Amino acid sequence: MTESDNIRVPVSQQPHSVIKSKKENGIGGLVSIQINEKAVMVPLGTTILEACRKNQIHIPTLCHHEDLCLAGLCRICVVDVEGMKTLQAACSFPITSPLKIHTSTPMVRKARRHIIDLILSEHCGECYSCIRNGNCELQALAKEYGVDGYRFGHVEQPRYSVDRSSVSVIRDLNKCILCRRCIRTCIDLQEVGVLEAIDRGDKTHIGTFLDKPLADVICINCGQCTNRCPTAALSTNDPSDEIWEAIDNPNKHVVIQTAPSPRAAIGEEFGVAPGKSFTGELNSALKRIGFDKVFDTNFTADLTIIEEGTELLNRLKKVLVNCDTSVKLPQFTSCSPGWIKFIEHFYPEYLDYLSTAKSPQQMFGAVIKTFYAKETGINPDDIVTVALMPCSAKKFECNRPEMNSSGYKDVDFGLTTREMATMIKEAGIYLPEMPKTGFDDPFGEASGAGLIFGATGGVMEAALRTVYELVTGREVPFKNLNIEPCRGFDGIKQASVKLENCVNEYSFLEGIDLKFLVAHGTANAKKVMQMLKRGELNDVHFVEIMACPGGCLGGGGQPIPTSAEIRRKRAQAIYEEEASLPIRKSHENPYVKYIYQKFLTEGPCGKLSHKLLHTHYTKRGRFIS
Amino acid sequence: MSTSAVNPKKRTGPVIFSEYNSGDGIKKAFSLKREDILFELKESKLKGRGGAGFPTSSKWMLTAAASSDKKFLICNADEGEPGTFKDRVLLQEYPELVFDGMVIGGYTIGAKYGIVYLRGEYEYIYESLQFYLQSMRKRNFLGNNILGSNFSFDIKIHLGAGAYVCGEETALIESLEGERGEPRNRPPYPVNTGYMGYPTVVNNVETLAAVPHIVCKSGKWFKKFGTDKSTGSKLFSVSGDCNKPGVYELPWGITIRELLNIVEAENTKAVQVGGASGICIPKSGFDRKLGYEDAATGGSVIVFNEKRNMLQVLKNFMEFFVEESCGQCTPCRIGNVKLLEGVEKIEKGNYTFSYINTLKELGNTMKVASKCGLGQSSPNSFISILENFKDEIFKSNGANNDRVG
Ligand SMILES: Cc1cc2nc3c(=O)[nH]c(=O)nc-3n(C[C@H](O)[C@H](O)[C@H](O)COP(=O)(O)O)c2cc1C
Ligand code: SF4
Ligand code: SF4
Ligand code: SF4
Ligand code: SF4
Ligand code: FES
Repeated sequence: MTESDNIRVPVSQQPHSVIKSKKENGIGGLVSIQINEKAVMVPLGTTILEACRKNQIHIPTLCHHEDLCLAGLCRICVVDVEGMKTLQAACSFPITSPLKIHTSTPMVRKARRHIIDLILSEHCGECYSCIRNGNCELQALAKEYGVDGYRFGHVEQPRYSVDRSSVSVIRDLNKCILCRRCIRTCIDLQEVGVLEAIDRGDKTHIGTFLDKPLADVICINCGQCTNRCPTAALSTNDPSDEIWEAIDNPNKHVVIQTAPSPRAAIGEEFGVAPGKSFTGELNSALKRIGFDKVFDTNFTADLTIIEEGTELLNRLKKVLVNCDTSVKLPQFTSCSPGWIKFIEHFYPEYLDYLSTAKSPQQMFGAVIKTFYAKETGINPDDIVTVALMPCSAKKFECNRPEMNSSGYKDVDFGLTTREMATMIKEAGIYLPEMPKTGFDDPFGEASGAGLIFGATGGVMEAALRTVYELVTGREVPFKNLNIEPCRGFDGIKQASVKLENCVNEYSFLEGIDLKFLVAHGTANAKKVMQMLKRGELNDVHFVEIMACPGGCLGGGGQPIPTSAEIRRKRAQAIYEEEASLPIRKSHENPYVKYIYQKFLTEGPCGKLSHKLLHTHYTKRGRFIS
Repeated sequence: MSTSAVNPKKRTGPVIFSEYNSGDGIKKAFSLKREDILFELKESKLKGRGGAGFPTSSKWMLTAAASSDKKFLICNADEGEPGTFKDRVLLQEYPELVFDGMVIGGYTIGAKYGIVYLRGEYEYIYESLQFYLQSMRKRNFLGNNILGSNFSFDIKIHLGAGAYVCGEETALIESLEGERGEPRNRPPYPVNTGYMGYPTVVNNVETLAAVPHIVCKSGKWFKKFGTDKSTGSKLFSVSGDCNKPGVYELPWGITIRELLNIVEAENTKAVQVGGASGICIPKSGFDRKLGYEDAATGGSVIVFNEKRNMLQVLKNFMEFFVEESCGQCTPCRIGNVKLLEGVEKIEKGNYTFSYINTLKELGNTMKVASKCGLGQSSPNSFISILENFKDEIFKSNGANNDRVG
């Protein structure tokens, strides 16, 4: 299964069902067409847009997004196809016969300009007070087509009130151009189904169930829609004003933890091509901004591995040795808050399968306001914890009422990569030219296992490195510790490792094939849950699920735009950085060892761990009253 | 209740309303090979009566040729175009023609299922249609192994929910599938990827009603009527300022003037041909012929006499489109609003000619850039009424400045 095979495309948006020749390049597999008088050969079924792009012809698009199924509704991409009475939408026109295409006739140019003018006439927003200023597809298009006035008038008053009900995602329909990318993201890509077009004609708008505020519907806060919205109609709930306030307050000790994915992508916000990590530079920038301490979330990622891995071994023991039928297997990971909300809404009867381990973000918050506060003698009341995350669901997670096991709000603010980049720019810093510095003690440098949490399959790979070694006393049998079956962007990955010559304590696992499964994107999560329901996961032990396509590196708070290619580059940056790290197994992280010696003295899954590092879930169901 | 539905009324006409006995077409069709039926259809040059005028034989041939384990035939009885009511007459008074046509269609293209998409407002004839289908089943014209052959076919009726755009065939299919009734991208066309992704023929009620006649009486006979490019006859739904409104079967090629005489219209100022999405023809054009090659219509003919205010007529049409656009594509969703605003500006005398011309250009963009026929044809009345009645409209609604043109 590949990433695109997994997308549920409604019939209406399916491409033409073409009978493709077996040999792609053979006769019948290729069509010869003409674009602007130039003859080219393209594979049968290629869209006009793809054909043009391959031939360096730029066609503007708005509703099209390469992660999503076809739409063909903004009509900005129209081209002239000889012999057809009307212009055709290049993005959704499959080439199945020899065509003569013209992409820049007077009629085409006029139509495009009219369409831009029409959209602008209803677009209520001012670029200089807009968070997408400089990275807005509508704005870019207006510039490209030399728009210098409003030909068809312009709305004066906002038609909709801004929906700020959600702590994660803000909706401002006044800036919505009805490209419906968000709908296709939410329904088809993520299969959550929060957003739909409501009403028709000039009353058409993007709505939720009964037009309720976003906080009162089953939105999982993944933010994938904010990543794909071409304008500022969808954005994340930005806490940076409050963070500045805390930084500027001398009585507050403001610490920030940074997750693995933002550092692999934040360069994009500064114009650097995707695929380069800025870990050290980011550390310096954060210090210059005024954060008192900069910690690596990978530390608690390592801690998560120890806790979650131990939990898995405990579950295995209970099932295999004690024959305890109340214990559920496979164990599902719990570090993606979008996934957690998804399962709480859609599969509330399966919450017992989730690991009780908190996400690294929340573990860190709890540790900072207890262990760190104690070590440094700072009153936890004066500590403000910020989490730099690739994710908008992390905002919701840190606001969950149960996330205060330190006695305080464990994590005060979740900040996305995009929001962080703006803070850095506001501080007058150009990230790429920062010197490289390390993370602060007492959590220091983390292991590479924590780092790869950022890519789909990373948690599984990290967990296997530790679990296998705990059980057998040997390193995982993969070259350079790279567990390849966990890597890559296939929607659902499945593999196993055999446990042989186990150490005494784990002799009950002797000869067992430890089976694991990795899925990313909630559409794939849904498939996995259906497999579970059908009993197809009975012999699987461990399942990793990330709510976002590609895992955290494709998170809803990451730089815009996103595409399969960009996500691939970000993954590459993460894996390259990890390969160069001295420590690549969570259980070898000296700081993790230290915290178990000094603080969590009962060891993994002990009483204090349970209080601080584990959590419980809420049966939400699909209907919220 | 009689088998031929509510208040049977004998009408006369050369083709559709000519002599036909229920089931004859089916029997004849079963004695023919599928290619022969397609041949007759091709020979007849029958074109779709739903408005677009696509050759019916081509549509059937494409679907017949498509390889698929399932195929569908859909009868488009959404009849939403303002001023049309001829499909209702057919369904109420001549159900045998429509349903026999569907069975023949199913047989020809290899479909086992037929669906009638019935306009929601026609709910009151639903029962009588079901009753008629039941009687066909009893006579074995429908159901398993029709007339002892190995061809099985059945028809179900689906009620629409009142959106004009659901008459557009791909929106109709979406609606049948339980989705929002919005037009799809084309290609793929329904003949390739239609209902539930299967090859599907969508035909207007009247198109299907012509089929049994063609099968029984030959394509050659059919094309004797009408003109070369518009063969056969047409049902016209005539409404508005005339003494005898109603449904008329007349050969294609008849002039507007001739039609006006038949319906006894007096002091006619304008005729809207093709409903709200059609064009408005002034007196000077009354010698134009009704047909695909000249003034095309799916059947709607609305007559306006001297007393009518053409700007109000136009405003009415534009309000219709602003509301009935599915809201999917930019040119139609926002374009129609702009055209309506333009009409309102004229009404208030608060306009410039250069802006009106800009709007006409916008109308031309809408015609070519909209996703479906609704947005592609909604500017027709805007452009034709402002052009053909400019004296009336602009004289009574004086322009403020830059009067040109
Ligand atoms: C906005 C719109 C509304 C339409 N409404 C109808 C309708 O009510 N009945 C109909 O038969 N065709 C309607 N059509 C035409 C259909 O899309 C389609 O062309 C027709 O059903 C094909 O049948 P035919 O080939 O027999 O004409 C409509 C088209 C558009 C664009
Ligand atoms: S959404 Fe884009 S076009 Fe609209 S105000 Fe913001 S930057 Fe400008
Ligand atoms: S955040 Fe995710 S679940 Fe919520 S509306 Fe957006 S895509 Fe849907
Ligand atoms: S909210 Fe954004 S993505 Fe959704 S339709 Fe509007 S502009 Fe498009
Ligand atoms: S032209 Fe109008 S009715 Fe047709 S798809 Fe576009 S918005 Fe919908
Ligand atoms: S980009 Fe092709 S129609 Fe919107």
